[in-house]
Amino acid sequence: MDEVKKYTISALVSNRSGVLTRISGLFSRRGYNIESLTVCETEDAELSRMTVILKGDEYMLTQMIRQMDKLEDVKKIGCANELDCVYRQLLLVKVKADAEARSQLALIKEIYKAKIVDLSIDTMILELTGDPEKLDAFIRVTEPYGILEMQRTGVTVLARGAHTLKDRDCYGDHIN
Amino acid sequence: MKLTGAEILINCLIEQGVDTIFGYPGGSVLDIYDALYRNGKINHILTAHEQGAAHAADGYARATGKVGVCFATSGPGATNLVTGIATAYMDSVPLVAVTGNVGLNNLGRDSFQEVDIAGITMPITKHNYIVKDVKELAETIRRAFYIANSGRKGPVLIDILKNVQIAECEYEPAKPYPLKEFGLDAAAVKATAEAINGAARPVIIAGGGVIASGASAYLKQFAKKINAPVTYTLMGKGSIADGDARCLGMLGMHGTVSAVKAVMASDALIALGTRFSDRVALNRDLFANGKKVIHIDIDNAEFDKNVKTTMHVLADIDAYLKAVMPLLKERSDEWMDEVHSFEEGEKLKADTSLMAYKILKRACALAPKGNPVIADVGQHQMWTAQYFAAEKPRQFLTSGGLGTMGYSMGAAIGAAFGTGKLCTVVVGDGCFNMNMNELSTAVTNGVPLVILLMNNSVLGMVRQWQKIFYGRRFSQTTLNKKTDYVAFAESFGAKGLRITAESEIDPVLNEAYSYAAKNSCPVLVDCRISCDENVLPMIKPGQTYDAQLDKMEEN
Repeated sequence: MDEVKKYTISALVSNRSGVLTRISGLFSRRGYNIESLTVCETEDAELSRMTVILKGDEYMLTQMIRQMDKLEDVKKIGCANELDCVYRQLLLVKVKADAEARSQLALIKEIYKAKIVDLSIDTMILELTGDPEKLDAFIRVTEPYGILEMQRTGVTVLARGAHTLKDRDCYGDHIN
Repeated sequence: MKLTGAEILINCLIEQGVDTIFGYPGGSVLDIYDALYRNGKINHILTAHEQGAAHAADGYARATGKVGVCFATSGPGATNLVTGIATAYMDSVPLVAVTGNVGLNNLGRDSFQEVDIAGITMPITKHNYIVKDVKELAETIRRAFYIANSGRKGPVLIDILKNVQIAECEYEPAKPYPLKEFGLDAAAVKATAEAINGAARPVIIAGGGVIASGASAYLKQFAKKINAPVTYTLMGKGSIADGDARCLGMLGMHGTVSAVKAVMASDALIALGTRFSDRVALNRDLFANGKKVIHIDIDNAEFDKNVKTTMHVLADIDAYLKAVMPLLKERSDEWMDEVHSFEEGEKLKADTSLMAYKILKRACALAPKGNPVIADVGQHQMWTAQYFAAEKPRQFLTSGGLGTMGYSMGAAIGAAFGTGKLCTVVVGDGCFNMNMNELSTAVTNGVPLVILLMNNSVLGMVRQWQKIFYGRRFSQTTLNKKTDYVAFAESFGAKGLRITAESEIDPVLNEAYSYAAKNSCPVLVDCRISCDENVLPMIKPGQTYDAQLDKMEEN
């Protein structure tokens, strides 16, 4: 295997049942792991936008894009380039927060521009949106206070500038 | 006009030009079978088992180039199609499989004969559908045929719920969607022309894509123009006539000596509609070994999948060859002369024992010229590829990618219905025992087949590997059945004959072919071959071409 990196695959897919299974099956049958996955309806109700983070080498990335591109339900597909895209992820983290920790956590929250969305006598839930690295850093600084539970969404990504995924020339354009 | 879902299905199949369906009825397709009966315009062949129906639809498609169609009921009917669908998927055969399923109100409740066939077939179809609303049915069927036939061809499954078959809806007849002209990158074509012109010793590797694309005539011209040898993969057999002066025969694990030597000596490989499977590129990292690899295929995902290409063009082979031809230079005879000096080594020993290749060579000579020959999977399959010369595309049918034992009987019935011709079946006794039930289908329907049962009482190919790699420990490969295949054939209403010695080959084969043709019925020939005949030459898995063996070193 060549150098292992995290790659972001963006795709516009049919908004119907079974599509997720079809796509995740392409990964699992090759023994590839999906690191994170985001799917939601788009401005066009017929289409969902899917963002997959694949940990692997360039061979795996090329194969996955080309295999996905062949699926009837995949309309457009591309690999996001880190420099030209905006990446966002949402984090909810529930930390232990007794009276003493609360003020320190409030300070951390300010620095990261996070939000307190729930507060109880000895816990709080913090919400943070940002690129994945920012969320990683935030988790590291809140960890010492005791994380009770947390959840991150998958990564969402859009290209900067006027380009859209719809403009791309894909395999499906040749046959449909 | 208002029609039921079942009637819409039959009408849509007629729209697509479907004349023959292979299938088996059951509880969840009663409405479909009733509509079929009332319509009366489509010929339905009732097989003995749904697997036979799927293989028959596959054989029909391979032999004719049209989309094959099979029907099955829900549950076990649907799961019995699975092997046939996977076979078609691996060999890019256009197929539409229609299954019934329980009604929407019973869906997901583990109802009688309910199975998620769409889920099961997801990885072995190009696409599949569950139709829950009758209003979507006609469009789904039209789309399914389009998908099966477009780009790299393959199977599509449509699962139609019982309530959809009964429900009524407005039906408007429509023409099949025209296939889109596949775009061609002129600059990429030009680059390949330059590379081909610049090569001193190019070899053309023709795959199944040449046949699927209908590009055989151009392939012959292309080879002539660049004056280069052509070798084919198992799926590409028939893409160029075996008798053609530039044809070297099959490549790969059991490829010919001259094909393998030509590839080794070459400086450029022109791979047309082929995917460098592990039976061709046995060692994918060392396969190209510094040669230029020029890959043309209709499936974008095949480029650099198994073998790294120097350049590739996404194209229909037919369109590519048409476009590249004017850009090519003619080549002197020097390279072809060198290729012709590659001898086939010592031919199989001229002993007097009954060997499969002797029967196959004679069958090739005595069978009606150009008629389909269907090989099952194993040693006899390789021998057929090696010794039964194919003259034209769609003549040689076999399960290449999936290697489905039991493929041949169903496929031969499909091929015979598709072409209206007498077909030769080459089948081992192991394979025959898997789907011999379809002999009854052939008898019932008066299908003229000559079935060459290569009976060696063992699972020959597995035994051969046990000889090479497992110290002759013949674990579960000795069949030792007491079946009298001649009597078996007769009991099914077919004709049974037997060959036990070389001297019987010609008279028995002559009788078999004339009987099958005259009586339009299957003839089974029990060929009693030795259990220790091997498929040679051979390159072991993972090895490079210089390790081709022409005799067996048995442990």
